[in-house]
Amino acid sequence: MSNHPDAAAKTLDTNEFIKGLWKENPVFIQVLGMCPTLAVTNSVINAITMGLATSFVLIMSNLLVSSLRHVIPKQVRIATYILIIASFVTVADYVIQAVSLDVYKSLGAFIALIVVNCIILGRAEAFASKNSVGNSLLDALGMGVGFTFALLCLGGVREIMGNGTFLGYHVLSAHYQPWIIMILPGGGFFTLGAWLLLFNYLRKRKEKISMQ
Amino acid sequence: MNQIDLKKLTAPPNPWHMLRSMGGVGIVCALLIVVAFQGTLPRINQNKAEALEKAVFQVLPGTKNRATFRVNPDGACEPFQGEARGQRLVYAGFDENNKLVGIAVEAQGQGFQDVIRLIYGYSPEKQAVIGYQVLESKDTPGLGDKVEKDPHFLANFDNLEVPLAPDGGALQHAIEFVKSGGKQHPWQIEGITGATISSRAIANIMQKSTAEMVPLLTKNLETFQAGQK
Repeated sequence: MSNHPDAAAKTLDTNEFIKGLWKENPVFIQVLGMCPTLAVTNSVINAITMGLATSFVLIMSNLLVSSLRHVIPKQVRIATYILIIASFVTVADYVIQAVSLDVYKSLGAFIALIVVNCIILGRAEAFASKNSVGNSLLDALGMGVGFTFALLCLGGVREIMGNGTFLGYHVLSAHYQPWIIMILPGGGFFTLGAWLLLFNYLRKRKEKISMQ
Repeated sequence: MNQIDLKKLTAPPNPWHMLRSMGGVGIVCALLIVVAFQGTLPRINQNKAEALEKAVFQVLPGTKNRATFRVNPDGACEPFQGEARGQRLVYAGFDENNKLVGIAVEAQGQGFQDVIRLIYGYSPEKQAVIGYQVLESKDTPGLGDKVEKDPHFLANFDNLEVPLAPDGGALQHAIEFVKSGGKQHPWQIEGITGATISSRAIANIMQKSTAEMVPLLTKNLETFQAGQK
């Protein structure tokens, strides 16, 4: 398998990290992983925990898939990747329960649903199975940070507007009447729509400037 | 691409390689899960025990010590220590003079989205519920979770009267649910506007549980009072 098309790229490429933050951000550009993005971003702490849990699974599964890429036959690769991902999600589930039961309760079923987050299987199949361990690690780190950043963008706006707080601390005056809709599912769609609008506007403007 | 590459690419899959890779990864993953489970189990149990401990002390204000009792199928209670899984337990709270403050009881029932689990404190002296806390609820954030936070709703449980009928076999008045602003009697629970279903669910759970548990707890009062000694 040493003649794999991408096997030549053995040197570490920092672009693999940077691309996940902005240019190929999993939420704002690739529009992947919408289930946790909309469901658990009603508070900042939920957004951070989900972002970190997903990043952990992403990093560990990318590392393992990349390390085993020469020994996993392509006929059983998807089943093997799912097994690897599900195992790390189970580990994350136990760790979150051990760290804070309150956070675990508020994330509910969405921790287990990381298994079917298409960002993770997507990176394992599209990147880690074809690239070196180092670059796969950088790719997972970039995508993980990009995903956490996106959840934080949504969680921050929704918690401030929907509850008047940020990480539980009051940031708006006591007279502020919280917009309950922002912490309900509808608020998730509104906020995501607004962020996508901003990201697309910035991207288009950048393209326009570079063309001139 | 040379000829060897083509041969490799077009070669039929080796069943042994497939079995080896799936079996190998399966064993590694199984080990990983068992290690993570064993490693986090003491901490998870400790977190659960702390959450329950905190809840017992909150629903029985003035409690300094607590003792656990098992409710047997015949309705008798006995002091209990050990694995709580599968047991029906109640928790007696005692003040600094070892006097019984009350008994904390867990109850559950259907909420708006899923089962709501709660714990409440019953004071035999006042013949009333003196505290309540939701342990688990998946009701709508911002609306349904008002049953955990709304001070006006929580005030229902500061002294929710559940006196026994003279024969001691049933409650004199079952707990009732009334809409916001309609409370007239101390055994009524006043609902929350905007979270009617969740607050009604709490009232139903409380009604069902107190109707069964208050007569049972009253019969076992001596056991509870002796429990701390």
